[in-house]
Amino acid sequence: MIAAQAAASGPVIPNFGGGSKCVVENHAFCWGWVNAHWGDTLQPALVQHVELTGIAVGIGFAIAFSAALVAYRRRWLSGPIEGFSALLYTIPSLALFQILVPFTGITTTTVEVALVAYTLVMLFPNIVAGLNAVPAEALDVARAMGFTRRQTLLRVELPLALPAIVAGLRVAVVSTVSLATIAAFLLPKGLGYPIFLALKEPSPFRTEIYSAGALAVALALTADLLLVATRRVLAPWARRSPA
Amino acid sequence: MTSAAVNLHTFLDAFRFIGSNWSLLLDKAAQQLELAGAALGLAMVIVLPIGVVLGHLRRGSTLAIGASIAGRALPVLVLIAAFLTVFGIGFVNNMIALAVLASGPILTNSYEGVARVEASVVDAARASGMTGAGMLRRVELPLALPLLAAGVRVAAVTVIATAPIAAIAGGGGLGDIIVNQASYGIDGVLGASLCAMALSVFAFVLLKTLERAITPPGLRRLAVFEKGNRPREPVPSPRSEPR
Repeated sequence: MIAAQAAASGPVIPNFGGGSKCVVENHAFCWGWVNAHWGDTLQPALVQHVELTGIAVGIGFAIAFSAALVAYRRRWLSGPIEGFSALLYTIPSLALFQILVPFTGITTTTVEVALVAYTLVMLFPNIVAGLNAVPAEALDVARAMGFTRRQTLLRVELPLALPAIVAGLRVAVVSTVSLATIAAFLLPKGLGYPIFLALKEPSPFRTEIYSAGALAVALALTADLLLVATRRVLAPWARRSPA
Repeated sequence: MTSAAVNLHTFLDAFRFIGSNWSLLLDKAAQQLELAGAALGLAMVIVLPIGVVLGHLRRGSTLAIGASIAGRALPVLVLIAAFLTVFGIGFVNNMIALAVLASGPILTNSYEGVARVEASVVDAARASGMTGAGMLRRVELPLALPLLAAGVRVAAVTVIATAPIAAIAGGGGLGDIIVNQASYGIDGVLGASLCAMALSVFAFVLLKTLERAITPPGLRRLAVFEKGNRPREPVPSPRSEPR
């Protein structure tokens, strides 16, 4: 069920290929290993990691956005939804994966369901807060101009809420990149997997831990910067992030 | 047999495991709380004073914000693996990795809590003859308490929920059972997962209640926390620590 089996069924990724002196003696960092195993270990893991994160944040955003639109019209709903998503977030990821296995098996679906559940607590409150912070004057003007409710939402409320929405997305993306490393306990996927394998060595293989770890951090920071850039383009009036 | 029946069966087995192994599970849960407590204590001793003093001086906001971003971007698996290569397998590396994880929300919230006390309140305190230390103790800290407590609560829940992952690096706890299907079987893995979930949710509810209890009711209505200056739930920035 867990990675021991997953590893056996998945492709066997050689850790010590080459067997250079640096690798055998497990020096602090072996560039040779990184060069030799970029193509068969690090790059696939990075691509899988981007997929895991992208799908989770995409679906999470769709759910959180719909829920936020409903809660924006019926305010009493936002408290309970927020509380529920906060409660979901407290469930340890390692435990949640296992609890989902009887339903969805040892699959990517299991990982994605858990990751989606965790994004809600970061996305929903931010979207709701962004919508609620739209000034009453702006809404009055929209009404005076004869906007329908739909037009008001698309042309006034959502653009004004955009900075807050992006702030939520930033947190969600960065933490999902982090959380997706835990997927390696269930599946041979993502940047957590090389780390997981390196830890299973008799003496944990440092180069693999550091390189995969650095890639995970770099991925998180890159995604964050991309979102900041997106916000600058889409909402140039918002100089500072509200969250 | 339908899949629903399989699910029910699996969960019944898990509960049976909990029933017949409760002393083992209690033992592991205590181990997990011990690790989490040590990490939280370490983070509080080092980081809380720094955040409070920086907040009092209203300096170093970059550090406080940077800490929350770094805390989010560093996956716990990477932290645990990286510290393992330095401190070896066991309690210490896990404690330090989890302490790093806990520092983010504590630093951000202690800084924000103190630094956001309204300027007019600080001026009034100064006008009534208070000096730095007295002002910090009698004015700023009491007003910062709700945000401070929220930061500690978020850190505590994060650390308790993350601790199962420490099992991969000799940290013990319920994770020991979750990652060891070979010894404990599917029912053991699922049973321990359910216990880990219950433990985290219980900690969340308990700390949330405590937090409400130690916040003087009058504080919520104080001008310091009005409009735009509210003690916001640290949902966007610090809560989203990786696990």
